[in-house]
Amino acid sequence: MGNKSKKIRSKWSRMSWNDKLFLLMVYAVIIAIVFICVYPVYFTIIASVSDPFDVYMGKVNLWPSGFTLESYGLVFQNESIWRGYANSVYYTVVGTLFNMTLTIPCAYALSKKKMYGRNFLMTVFLITMYFSGGLIPTYMLYRQMDLINTRGILILNGAVSVYNVIVTRTYFQNNISVTLFEAARIDGASEFGIFFKLVLPLSAPIIAVIALYYAVGHWSSYFPAMVYTSDNDIQPLQIVLRRILILNESAYEDALSSGDATLIQNAVKQSYLAASMKYALVFIASAPMLIIYPFVQKHFVKGVMVGAVKG
Amino acid sequence: MSKASYLAQPKTTVYRKKGYVGRRLKESWQWYVLLAPALIYIIIFAYGPMYGVLMAFQKYRASKGIWGSKWIGFENFIRFFNYPNFWKMIRNTLSITLLSLATFPCSIIFALFLNEITQIRFKKVAQMVTYIPHFLSEVVVCSLVILMLDRTSGPINNLIALLGGERQAFMGNPDAFSSIYVLSGLWQNLGWNAVLYISALASIPNEQIEAARIDGASRFQIMRHVNLPGIMPTVVITFLMQVGRIMTVGYTKILLLQNDLNLDVSSVISTYTYEIGIIGGQYSYSAAIGLFNNVINIVVLLLVNKLSKKITEVGLF
Repeated sequence: MGNKSKKIRSKWSRMSWNDKLFLLMVYAVIIAIVFICVYPVYFTIIASVSDPFDVYMGKVNLWPSGFTLESYGLVFQNESIWRGYANSVYYTVVGTLFNMTLTIPCAYALSKKKMYGRNFLMTVFLITMYFSGGLIPTYMLYRQMDLINTRGILILNGAVSVYNVIVTRTYFQNNISVTLFEAARIDGASEFGIFFKLVLPLSAPIIAVIALYYAVGHWSSYFPAMVYTSDNDIQPLQIVLRRILILNESAYEDALSSGDATLIQNAVKQSYLAASMKYALVFIASAPMLIIYPFVQKHFVKGVMVGAVKG
Repeated sequence: MSKASYLAQPKTTVYRKKGYVGRRLKESWQWYVLLAPALIYIIIFAYGPMYGVLMAFQKYRASKGIWGSKWIGFENFIRFFNYPNFWKMIRNTLSITLLSLATFPCSIIFALFLNEITQIRFKKVAQMVTYIPHFLSEVVVCSLVILMLDRTSGPINNLIALLGGERQAFMGNPDAFSSIYVLSGLWQNLGWNAVLYISALASIPNEQIEAARIDGASRFQIMRHVNLPGIMPTVVITFLMQVGRIMTVGYTKILLLQNDLNLDVSSVISTYTYEIGIIGGQYSYSAAIGLFNNVINIVVLLLVNKLSKKITEVGLF
């Protein structure tokens, strides 16, 4: 595209003064937005390694003050955080696998224009996007099935996102040529063979996108776990986070019971530390996302584009 | 399948021969197998609760089930309409959704401005960084809100103090609740919501922009009179979609930001179903409120869809 012309257009010396002024404003606004987006995350990181008392006094704003990893020490000592972490990893991995085994074949079938009753089946799926039984009838169903307070519930709940099915279906319809299917069929391949041996290998991009969507959903969700489970042993990280960060439940009991005298010199310091630990916790909880994010970012964006095409 | 044979298909549906259905079923059965797990799941876990919602019209007893419980018609609904806080919850919902509708142009402006930036690297970094908040969990975002607004240690109060103002307890101030809710949502989704606009901007033909430039248009004028109209179809669709959600405020984020001090302004219909049903155990009543909320949402969505067809000749669905 007109990269060359854009370069000429962007030559500063050739610009009129009012274009220059406009561009300066544009840059200022974008830089401000970038700063606002990144600052809370940055602040959490510097606050987590700063001296707890300085943070409490509001002295930490742009740079860390002092340096200590005590708050991380507290997080590492807290057993419930690690149990939650392990549970979240489990739900994310197993849950996403389950999501994918339901979603991808279903989307492929729905992409087949020749499938008898396709429109009817599509409608059956679409209705659930707009109408649902609601919280209580769902809860009662789970209760009847004895699923309350089990690990299974957090795998089963929301296992098929109809939105993701539609995105995937659209991808299949637009990106895999029909002549390929014809050729495979003439070679005597069954529909199963075509799906597993031909379609799946060709669909790596969409599989990555959808798996990421589901995985982020599992990692981030707290509400189903809050409503459907109560047993600490099976609850995911977000529930532990909510307890410590939002409900202000004291998190340093574990340190207390560990009897580490140097860690707990006095009650005042302890409360500062508990506050400081929150920053460390926010960082540790978001770390997996922040680490993989740069590598998968473009897949997410691609997903939005595919989804935007009306199927 | 060649194009010709596909086009010929409607004919076969007109002259249905004996065994037509059987032949189509035979042709499709392997696809049905691929579809079956998801379909079964949907029928049990999405249509099951839709059947269960009948309890809204009953005095439901878990021990008796839907079959055995007593039918009471619309009693639960009437009880809800007479609930003293009914209108307050509607007002709370609207004060949140209308305020968030007011922030709708922000993503558009962001996309338009980003489009002006010609340094590719800077643009890429700006996009990547502004998408980050979208991928933080609600619990983390709400924790960040609470930490940032903290009275003694929060940077926002530090800034206020630096400028000579008085430190505020934002989270304890009911008047600030809807702003906090909406602005934190804006923070989380500003960049991400711009993705669609950015891609729409990329598809505006370069000739149009060049032509305007040769005619002596300034950059601002090009943005205003070429780029903005160019993405208008996308803008209208996303705007209508947001209008369609005007009666919808989910419980998940509200419950995280709710505290004893802001209860008066933070209770909305969805959080009430949670309180009444899950915590209070009044299943029928809560199911009725949930059903009412769902119906309202669908009615609004259908109205907006009709409106959208009138304005843009494209429906939302």
